[in-house]
Amino acid sequence: MSKLHTVNKSPFDKNSFDSCLTLAEDGSAVLLIEDGVYAAVAGGDVAARIADASSRLKVYVLGPDLAARGMAEDRIADGVSVVDYGGFVDLAEAHDAVHSWL
Amino acid sequence: MSDLPPIPPDDEDEFGVVKKFCYVNRKAPYGTVYALESLEMVLIAAAFDQDVSVVFMDDGVYQIKSEQAPEAAGMKNFSKTYRALEGYDVEKLYVSKESMEERGLTTDDFLVDVEVLDHAALSALMAEQEVVITS
Repeated sequence: MSKLHTVNKSPFDKNSFDSCLTLAEDGSAVLLIEDGVYAAVAGGDVAARIADASSRLKVYVLGPDLAARGMAEDRIADGVSVVDYGGFVDLAEAHDAVHSWL
Repeated sequence: MSDLPPIPPDDEDEFGVVKKFCYVNRKAPYGTVYALESLEMVLIAAAFDQDVSVVFMDDGVYQIKSEQAPEAAGMKNFSKTYRALEGYDVEKLYVSKESMEERGLTTDDFLVDVEVLDHAALSALMAEQEVVITS
């Protein structure tokens, strides 16, 4: 079963992001949404964890939620792809199930 | 001997007492309503001419990130209100150095002028406050 994992909490506030990375099966996708998008900003303490994960997981971030929080797309950590709402739908459609890490 | 509160000047009634208020913001701006509510409390204290300091630490540093545009996501953009604080004589804005750096941010990322303090300095700042409200 291929899964799309979504994380909507800041990695600095809650451990949802770390738990997701720990338990997501190889080859699945992780989409950062809402306050979860802060994990994707380069230069922070979380970027290294994203880089490690990106070798076995596909990591995406929702562009409109980045823009809402004033984070420019050119500051996103390596290994993370920006998607729009249509891309969110495509990801949901392309996987067998969505696992939402609240 | 001198642990009585200072006597306010004659021209001030009981509502004229000025206390040192410190608002400590620790939450990101849009995931919860804490940031907006805290900002409203700051404005109320300022309206009563209190001695207000505002601290941004942990995810609270994201509250003053420049270029926020939440309108497209259906949320109110209250970030510009932080710029108006100066007009209410709220000019003591502080950011945690550690919180800023671990998030990959610099002072260039903020939409207001702030003083960056490390945790020891923030601790000293909070210790001298009469009222500290964290959210």
